[in-house]
Amino acid sequence: MPEIKVRKMIVSVEETWHEGGPVADKPLCKASCLAVIENPYAGRYVESIEGFMDDLKPLGVEMAGKLIDALGGDASRIEGYGKGAIVGEAGEMEHGALWHVPGGYSMRESIEASMAIVPSTKKVGAPGTRLDIPLTHTNASYVRSHFDAMEVGVNDAPRANEMIVALIMSTGARVHNRAGGLSASDVEGRDGLR
Amino acid sequence: MQLRKLVTSVEDTHVEMQQSVSPPTRKAVAAAVIKNPYAGQYSADLSQLISMGETLGALLGERAVAALGVAPEDCQSYGKAAMIGSGGELEHAAALLHPKLGAPLRRAVEKGAALVPSNKKMGGCGQPLDVPLGHKEAAYVRSHFDGIEIRIPDAPRADEILVAVAVTDSGRPLPRVGGLTHDDAIGEDGLR
Repeated sequence: MPEIKVRKMIVSVEETWHEGGPVADKPLCKASCLAVIENPYAGRYVESIEGFMDDLKPLGVEMAGKLIDALGGDASRIEGYGKGAIVGEAGEMEHGALWHVPGGYSMRESIEASMAIVPSTKKVGAPGTRLDIPLTHTNASYVRSHFDAMEVGVNDAPRANEMIVALIMSTGARVHNRAGGLSASDVEGRDGLR
Repeated sequence: MQLRKLVTSVEDTHVEMQQSVSPPTRKAVAAAVIKNPYAGQYSADLSQLISMGETLGALLGERAVAALGVAPEDCQSYGKAAMIGSGGELEHAAALLHPKLGAPLRRAVEKGAALVPSNKKMGGCGQPLDVPLGHKEAAYVRSHFDGIEIRIPDAPRADEILVAVAVTDSGRPLPRVGGLTHDDAIGEDGLR
């Protein structure tokens, strides 16, 4: 069972008061947590890789905790989430897919109202590659006000034998949301969709 | 001052060149996106930006130190930088950074005898801004010459300015090019 080797950890918080319209009383807060880890399968094809998902679980829990802390420490304030991975050039896309379970469930276990699937994206890339991670409502995927995204990246990662695993969370809707659709206050919260 | 966004980021380095770094080196950067009051017009007087520099030195200095999670006196190095959207001019960055930003930043890190290293440029949305870092008490401490990059995908727009302050509680992860060290710095003249 490979040990998780973390080279860097980066936590970022972005607070937005307005985007040209009315200034919000409370800013929309979005946060990202990125871990730069060694890819144990870099440089060769390995058929059986599923075990690494279990190895990643403690890292996912640690990262989810860091995000909640960065957004004020109260998990009930989290309204949106997303996840992603950037795999270094000596790896394959499938290695990034190993993050779906440990990344997603670590957030859902720490956020009570989290019936919705965690949206995600991933790619293979060089150091400095940027990744746009989708962000949606934690309890109902169709909440239109919460469809958003956050760009992440690390200027010296991922190196060829590394991968970046990422989690993001937000505290609310787009700052000037006015495109209609299902609103957070109308969520039924039974199927994770509406 | 019209503030649109605040971004803070903390980077911990645990491993560099296969060598464990323990405790990890840590750098924090806090950045603000503000409206440029002089965008689109030449103004001989830049006093509004000079005054905003004072506000931002305190706001960003305190944010960065809080993000680092250490006592102010445990900060070891600092730096500042600004990127001006295309409707402004380079002198706007000088007005923000140089006359008044330093004093409240030094209060946020307690003391700070050394010059605060700085960078400035014109730029657009998503463009990287490298904030230089130098030891806060003695500019010649060689292990602490460093930098950190900040970029915000949607800033600065043409009528905006991105202003950043960076602080650390450490030098580079594996310093070994000699020179004055943190432990040997006197910290009286700001140089050694």
